[in-house]
Amino acid sequence: MADRAVPVVEKRLMEVKLGELGTWVGGRDFTPNGMISSVRKGYQRYLNKYIHVKKGGIGGLSMVLASYVVLSYVWSFDHIKHDRMRKYH
Amino acid sequence: MILGLFDQFFTPYFAGIPLLAIAIIAPWLLFPTPSNRVVNDRSLAAQNSFILNFAKQILLPLNVGAHKWALLLTALMINLITLNLLGLLPYTFTPTTQLPLNMGFAIPLWLATVLIGLRNQPTIALGHLLPEGTPAPLVPVLIIIETISLFVRPFALGVRLTANLAAGHLLIQLLSSATLFLLDQMFPVAILTSLVMALLTILELAVAAIQAYVFVLLLSLYLQENT
Repeated sequence: MADRAVPVVEKRLMEVKLGELGTWVGGRDFTPNGMISSVRKGYQRYLNKYIHVKKGGIGGLSMVLASYVVLSYVWSFDHIKHDRMRKYH
Repeated sequence: MILGLFDQFFTPYFAGIPLLAIAIIAPWLLFPTPSNRVVNDRSLAAQNSFILNFAKQILLPLNVGAHKWALLLTALMINLITLNLLGLLPYTFTPTTQLPLNMGFAIPLWLATVLIGLRNQPTIALGHLLPEGTPAPLVPVLIIIETISLFVRPFALGVRLTANLAAGHLLIQLLSSATLFLLDQMFPVAILTSLVMALLTILELAVAAIQAYVFVLLLSLYLQENT
């Protein structure tokens, strides 16, 4: 109980209580610069956690490739759905 | 509506937005920036060694003046090989099956080699149009033929890459639909086709890498002639 109160907007997402979620989302930086910097920070966080470790395994790259495959499926579903095996097309 | 055979080569759209940009940017996202550390992690070490070895290999036959092309050739190779290999994953889109993209790679770079040759050493560059030791009566015909072959080079570069990759993807699609269809009808034949499919996938992996290499190698040869 000796910690100073931290403003809601500056907390990390996992430490924000459910009731404060609206305030947290509203206070985030939605300017173009802010959005680009958040993408870059996320990219760096992924790199530092999975790739730039001394004995990085195949998981770091595989997660990226698997998510690329899933995204490509989602993007092309509207086109591919005509190819389902049906008796009458 | 059953999908035709060539529908896999259509540019993917999502809610009206073309996704070609994401497919083309994908190689850039997969290679992290090299760091200045002496001892890198595994992926950076592998990436560095591949790039440096490839650059050394491709620059061996070239004059010092042509070494300015090192970055371009290496970047082109990395880009092509990653685009080709990513296209072998399921549901992904391969931009290198599109002829305009490959011509966009081939024509400017070929033209650059020709113009460099004509500007720096015009006599030698034009001299390439007549191979040494041709008999005198054949000279006019041969010059015409060599000029035509010079102008066909960019088309050959672009169409070679496009045709190889598109044909490979088409074969994969045909074999897989044949296997799926035969699973009900004649199961042993389906096993046979799936075996052929496995072999074809190995071939496609090789072709993806080799075609990228051939593209860059031929370009470096054209550069070597002209510097």
